[in-house]
Amino acid sequence: MNKELYGNLVFELSHKGRKGYALPANGLDNAGALNDMPAAVMRTGAPDLPECDELTVVRHYNNMSTNNFGVDTGFYPLGSCTMKYNPKLNEEIASHRAFAGLHPFAPASAVQGALKAYWTLQQLLSEIGGMSEFTLNPFAGAHGELTGLMVIRRYHESRGDTKRRKVIVPDSAHGTNPASAAVAGLEIVEVKSRPDGTVDVDDLRPLLDDTVAAMMMTNPNTLGIFEKNIPEIAHMVHEAGALMYYDGANLNPMLGVARPGDMGFDVMHINLHKTFSTPHGGGGPGSGPVGVREGLEEFLPTPRVVRRHVNSDDQPVAEENRFAIEYGPEALGSISATLGNFAVQLRALSYILSLGSDGLMQVGPLATLNANYIKEMLKDDYLLPIETVCKHEFVFDGLRDKSTGVTTLNVAKRLLDHGYHAPTIYFPLLFHESLMIEPTESESLETLDDFIGVMHDIAREARETPDVVINAPHNTPITHPDDTEAALHPILTYDELAAQ
Amino acid sequence: MIYYSKTHEYINMINDTEGYVGISAFAAKQLGNVVYVDLPEADDEFEQGEDFGAIESVKAASDLYAPVDLEVIEVNEALADDPRLINADPMKNFIMKVEVKDASQLEELMDEAAYADFCAKEH
Repeated sequence: MNKELYGNLVFELSHKGRKGYALPANGLDNAGALNDMPAAVMRTGAPDLPECDELTVVRHYNNMSTNNFGVDTGFYPLGSCTMKYNPKLNEEIASHRAFAGLHPFAPASAVQGALKAYWTLQQLLSEIGGMSEFTLNPFAGAHGELTGLMVIRRYHESRGDTKRRKVIVPDSAHGTNPASAAVAGLEIVEVKSRPDGTVDVDDLRPLLDDTVAAMMMTNPNTLGIFEKNIPEIAHMVHEAGALMYYDGANLNPMLGVARPGDMGFDVMHINLHKTFSTPHGGGGPGSGPVGVREGLEEFLPTPRVVRRHVNSDDQPVAEENRFAIEYGPEALGSISATLGNFAVQLRALSYILSLGSDGLMQVGPLATLNANYIKEMLKDDYLLPIETVCKHEFVFDGLRDKSTGVTTLNVAKRLLDHGYHAPTIYFPLLFHESLMIEPTESESLETLDDFIGVMHDIAREARETPDVVINAPHNTPITHPDDTEAALHPILTYDELAAQ
Repeated sequence: MIYYSKTHEYINMINDTEGYVGISAFAAKQLGNVVYVDLPEADDEFEQGEDFGAIESVKAASDLYAPVDLEVIEVNEALADDPRLINADPMKNFIMKVEVKDASQLEELMDEAAYADFCAKEH
């Protein structure tokens, strides 16, 4: 890697007048059109853009890309994020010009194929989730949660049941759950976990009354433990007149094995970028489709894609007009400008169709086996607070030997030296030194064994030469950023950096 | 006399009815470097167990809970400028000065020794 080209911003590589292009002179007489523009919107000087030759730009971004870490680079056991491999076939489908070139407001008759793809994914997700209908519009998991809670709120309001303002959230929940509830204008009530990591039914019972709108649950929960009491919990919640919301963050181990709809959930979201292998975060936009059980379809947001064999006059609809974009008057309203992140939806559709139902049913058992293998191999060195068979992920409470002064943060940073992405740390908040590992089904036994070996090495270092772990990382391009200072005074623009 | 809650807030009584509320040294250490404190306002009233604010560190965000029924007399504005003061000395850098509404609730809290035992069991 070239430090010079990576360590500088492209603005800092700029030299005045150095350009990578030569445009011919403007031969069109468009000065008249420009004269009609208001002076306030006309540029008076050249834009402040970096000026570099093409080769410098190519090297700059190429070098920078090698400092990015992704699933394509190495093992990425980031708990609760399901960092599975994103098959390249998905990329090929999504970037196909028949899809990539579409305008979002093209008339339905011109995009029947795209609408069929969208509709098909709606049907497949409904089948997988055990739901009646799905909207693919939400742009991410948290956006899906918000949409789902708005659906629930609208459902209660439609019945004149306006005093239901509370959402019950377990103390092991993802932080997005209470955040989404707050954004939806609802009040958050926390329910405690039992020592075995599952929701405490006795703690839940007194919380349920006619002011509760919904209970949000992740199953398996963030400790990777299946909520065995889910039928009882769903029954209690429904008895109280509230709805069950399923946070699909941990759907991966359930895929084709168990369905949230069958467990008693009324509304759910799915993180396509987790379970259905579409890129995460900076690697691509997310997608958080929301499904509802029968009877709640009318509360889903608009627009929707529908298939029609007959029109409103009961006349047959021609093949080329079968799929339509519908703006329903009864709907929640719009939560996105169009039909969501279509290219992400295509990747998920490609993943589902290429695995097929048999392939999908292997995902959960393999992800579960991989997680349990790592857990069992490492629990002599790392503290396993809840001794049980986990699902797709599990949580250690730091190193077993607490006398070394080596923390979970240190272990995570030491893993970077060995070319691994760190697991999720300090979440869930149930333990002080949480270290949450999710290997996914993508990884081979060799990869798992290498990782286990390194984790044992780090535990030994913690006992014998703790400073090596405490001062890690030693080999990364950036070693010890000041995260407190960064949180207090973040530098977010080039101008702020230049002013320093 | 200093009292502690199970959620790691302390109340340091300066007379029969007034005291300083903050988070314990144990909690500050567990949180790591504090980067933001969501402070209440003077004259706000809170019931025992009600959240009166929040604290954010590089590791986590946590709600702050009133150890007893109380009314806020003043808040420590210095924390808005430099929340790291909490890590430097959580007892000196209290979050708010309060008037205790029901002194009998103090009896439900832990004293220094009981709290030390409680923390030892936490880990």
